Amino acid sequence: MTRPLRQTIGAHYGWKDWLVQRVTAVVMILYTLGMLGVALYNGGFDYALWQALFANGAFRIATLLFGLAVLWHAWIGMRDIWMDYIKPTALRLTLEVLTVLSLVGYAGWAIEILWGAAK
Amino acid sequence: MSVSDPPAIKRRPVYLNLVRIRLPLPGIVSILHRISGAALFLFAIPVVLFAMQASVESEDGFASLKSMLANPLCKLILIGLLWAYLHHFFAGIRYLLIDLHVGDDLAPARQSSVAVLGASLILTLIIAVRLW
Repeated sequence: MTRPLRQTIGAHYGWKDWLVQRVTAVVMILYTLGMLGVALYNGGFDYALWQALFANGAFRIATLLFGLAVLWHAWIGMRDIWMDYIKPTALRLTLEVLTVLSLVGYAGWAIEILWGAAK
Repeated sequence: MSVSDPPAIKRRPVYLNLVRIRLPLPGIVSILHRISGAALFLFAIPVVLFAMQASVESEDGFASLKSMLANPLCKLILIGLLWAYLHHFFAGIRYLLIDLHVGDDLAPARQSSVAVLGASLILTLIIAVRLW
């Protein structure tokens, strides 16, 4: 048999994450600069501006995209850290599962804040 | 090193002593990128979500969040997280540029690592002073 064995890791496993890490980084940079621009233009955030932002659909979508970029980016980064330092498989799997669960939970929380606030 | 010297590989350390390793500046930026990233995941995400929720809920929530900023411990934590964000931000931009082969020679890479360390520390300091 010359066919290579199937591997759970290996070729094509890393490049997608490499790319995702960079694309999500660019999304976060753009959002950060945008928020910085809003803050500078308005001389900081007061409650009225804050309310107006959250009432704006485009802001909510942009913030959702930022949040998703954060979560995906954090998943790849944290998984790399667990893979590098945590050798026992059971412990690593546990930490990875906890990471995913917390990130998905945070996503739910963020959506609740973003769309719960729209009264 | 003369040609007759034994191959350098024979004198490499057999273990990595974290205390004795002298990282080059880009290496320091790199490990701080990792440490700041972990801190952002562990602390900044929940803190930001908590603050977002409290500040959007009501004007009282917004005001109480602002008054929490008066607490020195809260200030310290925020300043720490701010540094983590800024360092991760600038170091990340440096990596994006290096991926595009901008400044990936030895000398510019060393200079940009100094710039990353300096910019994040100075910006953190400026904001910290204003916050205090």
